[in-house]
Amino acid sequence: MDSESTPVHADITLVVNGREHRLSVDTRASLLDVLREDLGLTGSKKGCDHGQCGACTILIGGRRANGCLALAVAHDGADIVTVEGLARDGRLSPVQEAFIEQDAFQCGYCTPGQLCSATGMLDEAGQGWPSTVTGDLGSEPVLDDDEIRERMSGNLCRCGAYVGIVAALREASRRKEAAEA
Amino acid sequence: MTERLESREKVTGTARYAFEYPVENVAYVAAVQASVGRGEITAVGTEAAMALPGVLAVLSCENAPRLSDPPDGELAVFQSRTVSYRGQFVAAVVGETLETAREAARLVHVEYAPEAPDVRLRTDHPSLYQPGKVNPVFPADTEQGEPEEVFNNSAVRVDVTYTTPAEHNNPMEPHATIALWDEHGYLTLYDSTQGASTVQSMVAQTFGLDPSHVRVVAPHVGGGFGSKGIPKPNVVLAAMAAGAAGRPVKFAVPRQQMYATTGYRTPTIQRLRLGADNDGRLNAILHDVVEQTSTVKEFAEQTATPTRVMYQAPHRRTSHRLVPLDVPTPSWMRAPGETPGMYALESVMDELAIATGIDPIELRIRNDTDREPESGLPFSSRNLVACLQEGAARFGWAGRDPATGVRWEGRKLIGTGVAASTYPAYMSPNRAIARAEPDGTFTVRIAAADIGTGARTALALIAAETLKADLGDVRVELGDSAFPRASVAGGSSGTAGWGTAVVRACEALRAKLNGAVAGGRGGSSHAGNGAIPPEGLEAAADTGAELKAREKYARHAFGAQFAEVEVDADTGEVRVRRMLGVFAAGRIINPATARSQFIGGMTMGVGMALLEESVMDEEFGDFLNRDLAQYHVPACADVRDIDAAWVEESDPHLNPMGSKGIGEIGIVGAAAAVGNAVHHATGIRVRHLPITPATLLPDL
Repeated sequence: MDSESTPVHADITLVVNGREHRLSVDTRASLLDVLREDLGLTGSKKGCDHGQCGACTILIGGRRANGCLALAVAHDGADIVTVEGLARDGRLSPVQEAFIEQDAFQCGYCTPGQLCSATGMLDEAGQGWPSTVTGDLGSEPVLDDDEIRERMSGNLCRCGAYVGIVAALREASRRKEAAEA
Repeated sequence: MTERLESREKVTGTARYAFEYPVENVAYVAAVQASVGRGEITAVGTEAAMALPGVLAVLSCENAPRLSDPPDGELAVFQSRTVSYRGQFVAAVVGETLETAREAARLVHVEYAPEAPDVRLRTDHPSLYQPGKVNPVFPADTEQGEPEEVFNNSAVRVDVTYTTPAEHNNPMEPHATIALWDEHGYLTLYDSTQGASTVQSMVAQTFGLDPSHVRVVAPHVGGGFGSKGIPKPNVVLAAMAAGAAGRPVKFAVPRQQMYATTGYRTPTIQRLRLGADNDGRLNAILHDVVEQTSTVKEFAEQTATPTRVMYQAPHRRTSHRLVPLDVPTPSWMRAPGETPGMYALESVMDELAIATGIDPIELRIRNDTDREPESGLPFSSRNLVACLQEGAARFGWAGRDPATGVRWEGRKLIGTGVAASTYPAYMSPNRAIARAEPDGTFTVRIAAADIGTGARTALALIAAETLKADLGDVRVELGDSAFPRASVAGGSSGTAGWGTAVVRACEALRAKLNGAVAGGRGGSSHAGNGAIPPEGLEAAADTGAELKAREKYARHAFGAQFAEVEVDADTGEVRVRRMLGVFAAGRIINPATARSQFIGGMTMGVGMALLEESVMDEEFGDFLNRDLAQYHVPACADVRDIDAAWVEESDPHLNPMGSKGIGEIGIVGAAAAVGNAVHHATGIRVRHLPITPATLLPDL
């Protein structure tokens, strides 16, 4: 047996949806697999395991990231939010509500990643981060349909629910702005 | 408009998919794929893998248990030393953890006596043959009149060849299974499937089990688009591995392995000949198709069958020829047959419109027919013309200038295109149970699948209507082979087939409830329906006899698709600006989910038109692009304004709901509409998909 095949374990702490977990993880394990297989948080999905589909999108320290591309051992102490943590006290988040209203999903497998991605995306836009389709980098980006489509293109949906997803995020963005106004 | 009943589960992450069931003591499977395109396995070295701590078993042709009677060659996992295509499963490892299983799979050393694989589809291949039938049960060839002679003597002739590439379904949820054997030898499979009953019977046959000893559970399925219509080798592998390890196992096919092992749409080479009068009336249609299958299993895509349905012409021919190659086995992908066939036919109709100088909508109207051209049967309903006209009005077709390559916006060329859609209104026999519960609610059970179609919601609406109950009082339980046997979620047949069984079960239950009232039996009151005993009242239905007794009609849905594209004259990049589909598909049960189905199909059609192509490695076999970075499906930014509408259609010859299927017609014709729009924009007729900058730039 070559030595590089021998498993190595490391003790880490993860805070997931506000709850602390102390874990011994295989140093080869992705955050996605630790969430799904060790913590039973199967809301985050594995679509490609290569950072190409976005189904595993979670929020790490408030920023969206592909759980399949994050080694768990490299995230000791990280504060993570998964789709299971988007609703508060049984109340759906505005993005979750808008997804239901606009039928922004069919099979539902990409949906947790879309929702986490959208939550992070609205926050990024709110902080004034531009995207590649932002025309004027000097002013606050306006989250129009082109901006939403560009910013959500890391999350594939094979059922083809994009029309509904864009409509849902248009609505969620409007509500978010209204709530902040 | 009814929202999906499982919406809340899906947005909160609590909807469980196959890989996600908590199972005690579960182990993990990783598979090894053949690294040669053809040959014999001479040795399987397992020492290094077995030496890893946490490895429970290594399986291959050298030690796999003999299977009983696999119903198709793809399910004969590890039963032979023969490698039939590169990427075929040749070994598997069971490990305590996912990481260990993957690492051990890397250490399995398979030796081969390789041969050169034959993988290139061509029309002059010496092994071309006529299949006995094409999927599912259509004749390979049909001919009426003197098509060649009449074509040759027609005033206007179009004789062109269209080709389509291999395409992969790529559902977002990979094919995944948890397999558990209990102490009695009963097998439970949590499986990502479009048909729990189908997996149950085919796996039972494979392992020589009584079907009642196999249970398949699949309440939520992350898409399938045909690839999960019948079990693929991963299911057998999981069950075999669980047996070998003596523990329950999980196996999700990694995305990269799906391209060889879970099916794809065959590439096609289609020669079409349309002969017409100067007024565009078709005299002859010839549609000759060449496509591939594997050496493991015959799959004959029914590519020319829509040509048997679409347009009148007294002289006609369709044919299908297959070449068995050393390639992965093709299978169902969303509207097999109609999708590649209508791409070609509807593109050629556009060419004929230009050749005759007739508007493409008018050309289709002139060749409309009230009888199915080849069978002579009357259509139960056919509203192709209504779809074309309604779509033309909504899209703004009137006054379209047919000139090509003349509409500039900056450096972009703009064009519009139209194409027709069609899909058969299939229906299969089904069983269902309806129960009246003592608490006043109802439960409907059927082994149907909701793969994202909205089936659960549609069936609940159908049941509530039949029972005259509130939707909130109806619970639909599906996705379990323990429920009454159901047909596969395929062929756009689910709502029609399952729905009929649900209606009949609910009708029978109502009769029982009325009898209970008339008999004055005791028990709790049931929403005005009568008295329910404490154990509830139950009624069952089986639609087998009803289906056999149906009248003879040609039953098909129709539609019209419109696209507007912009083509960048400098880069050759094509963007679909807007797209509209108008469909005639019987009664629409739930507008909210139906619209998503149509738009979803059209979105996949945009992918087919502009992005999707699985490239065969002609030297080594298997596909070269085996992940989502190299096989491009539409992303959010690829889809702008896509809308779908439908014309009201009341058809008494279908089923109790009056519904046709809607899951597939959205993709049919979509790529032709885009291709025709690209021609209108640029004057370039591309006859191979996808239409990419590389195909357009040389002529721009």
